[in-house]
Amino acid sequence: MNIFAHPRAKWVGFALIAIALIGLPFALASAGTAWVRIANLAILFTFLSLGLNIVVGFAGLLDLGYIAFYGVGAYVYALLASPHFDLHLPFWVILPIGALVACLFGVLLGAPTLKLRGDYLAIVTLGFGEIVRIFLNNLSQPINITNGPQGISRIDPFSFGSFSFSQNEIILGIDFSGPIKYYYILLVILLLAIVVNLRLQHSRIGRAWEAIREDETAARAMGIDTTRIKLLAFAMGASFGGVAGGMFAAIQGFISPESFVLVESIMVLSMVVLGGMGNVWGVVLGAVLLSFVPELLRYTVEPLQKSLFGRSIIEPEVIRMLLFGLALVLMMLYRPAGLLPSAIRKRELAKTDK
Amino acid sequence: MDIFLQQIINGLTLGSVYAIVALGYTMVYGIIQLINFAHGELVMIGAMVAFTVIGALADTALPPVLIVFAGILAAVPACMLVGYAMERVAYRPLRGAPRLAPLITAIGISIILQHLAMLIWSRNPLAFPQIIPLVRFYIGGAIITGVQIAIILASVLMMGALTLMVYRTKLGIAMRATSQNPQVAGLMGIDINRIISFTFIVGAGLAAVAGVMVGTYYGIAHYSMGALLGMKAFSAAVLGGIGNLAGAMLGGILLGVVEALGAGYIGDLTNNVFGSNYQDVFAFLVLIAVLVFRPSGLLGERVGDRA
Repeated sequence: MNIFAHPRAKWVGFALIAIALIGLPFALASAGTAWVRIANLAILFTFLSLGLNIVVGFAGLLDLGYIAFYGVGAYVYALLASPHFDLHLPFWVILPIGALVACLFGVLLGAPTLKLRGDYLAIVTLGFGEIVRIFLNNLSQPINITNGPQGISRIDPFSFGSFSFSQNEIILGIDFSGPIKYYYILLVILLLAIVVNLRLQHSRIGRAWEAIREDETAARAMGIDTTRIKLLAFAMGASFGGVAGGMFAAIQGFISPESFVLVESIMVLSMVVLGGMGNVWGVVLGAVLLSFVPELLRYTVEPLQKSLFGRSIIEPEVIRMLLFGLALVLMMLYRPAGLLPSAIRKRELAKTDK
Repeated sequence: MDIFLQQIINGLTLGSVYAIVALGYTMVYGIIQLINFAHGELVMIGAMVAFTVIGALADTALPPVLIVFAGILAAVPACMLVGYAMERVAYRPLRGAPRLAPLITAIGISIILQHLAMLIWSRNPLAFPQIIPLVRFYIGGAIITGVQIAIILASVLMMGALTLMVYRTKLGIAMRATSQNPQVAGLMGIDINRIISFTFIVGAGLAAVAGVMVGTYYGIAHYSMGALLGMKAFSAAVLGGIGNLAGAMLGGILLGVVEALGAGYIGDLTNNVFGSNYQDVFAFLVLIAVLVFRPSGLLGERVGDRA
């Protein structure tokens, strides 16, 4: 029996999820504001994973330098909204600029390399990620653009006129803290991204990506301009990264090249792989799981170790990374299509039955 | 001091390390068309194991050369074991799977090995004990140290031995047959699985020695040293033509020299807009340039039809 088969049950389900999502930050806030921040980062990483999913999941191109686009977006935001150059543009202007610049970088990387076969592409993107990081680290001379390893601080938060997303505010008798306000705007942006992704997947372009992923030669024979379509995937994925980077800069208020290292690219990749490459809901699940589980472990394993051995033997950071590595290996070995796809396919089958 | 000659010497030293690591990439690629992302971690493990042994023996009265040799003797089997296990656990089950799958497990293995190493040896770099006396030779205004000479000599020896093994022994013939056509090689009575395992083991052994060499050269070993070195060595393998042994050697040495000259002269060339802190960029620029203009590499052939 499939409870989703009933038309009204579906809407009840949607309503329940909506209520849960709206109430979530307050529930988390009662456990500590840190958890709301974690939820915000989880949304950010979900957004990022959706972007990478376009490249890896839809088009089947392994991009190991994805975090570079995130970094580019973050730096665009930081440079246009901080005392560094004394520019303070509003966020709704900067985010599209960030998307555009990241997109340009995507094309820049993609244009010469997309003729290559998959595994070469992986290495080149990896190198590209490193190049971007090295430049971020060193472009403080002769003109100070990125401020080098110290990074850029005092970045403006999101704001509409005098309504700033970083301050506490009491609306209708409810106390909205900064992170909670961010949560809602991030959630709205994420929902938009999910809709875009779902629409993309079933569009003409989405089907072209799928065809290329399955068999590039056959796709070309069917009249698909493979290089252009692959470039499009790269550019779209990159712009997602750019927007996510901008949001990251605004939330954190501080960025440095440290946040855009290879390990971060691999983290995002693990999220996509765990949930199910090419499946939007799977990717969302993977990103949420891999954002929260390590934090849960941090708050449970750490005290447990202290009480058992009197000191911390395994750092939480190490556990986190081991988890990501294991996720990649075990998923590929035992469930290469990810956690979710079979359930989705079942649901699709149930729909066509009607 | 002659900067040009000095950079050439430094480049040759690093280049021969790259060449040894690149051989591991290229052999594995040649035989199962897999980029073993975790190969760089083998270099790291080699360096870490060797440093642990060398550190433990440093206070004994043994001659320094013997101590370093003991370090190598410990590192090589350790890395071979890890290399073998890696292939068995992560790559063999995925041999028939889509290309993306083993690539992704390789990245996972790399992350796991890195952080296991961090658990075992801690976050802090291990320092190479000061046991080797600094020997310097002067040639034409440049300095070459004893360690540099040892590294270059050892690399040449290993490359020679490997070439002999691949082209003169029965095992080598089996390896080449497997890389040309696994199915047919299997029909000829070659145990494919054994040959593939063997390839990983040989590559891992080379990586272990490379780890000791690069660790001794820089004086430190670190849990994250493998990633960058691995990427550079891979670039070297591609530069020479991946799957091609002579190509890996040539590519490694060329890349080392390009990097050293680049780092030495970029300041002068760009009026100090870019400095030697951009050294790590060169390997990737070379990689991208090769892939764009000559994807088959300098000595490679037949890559086109594998695409």
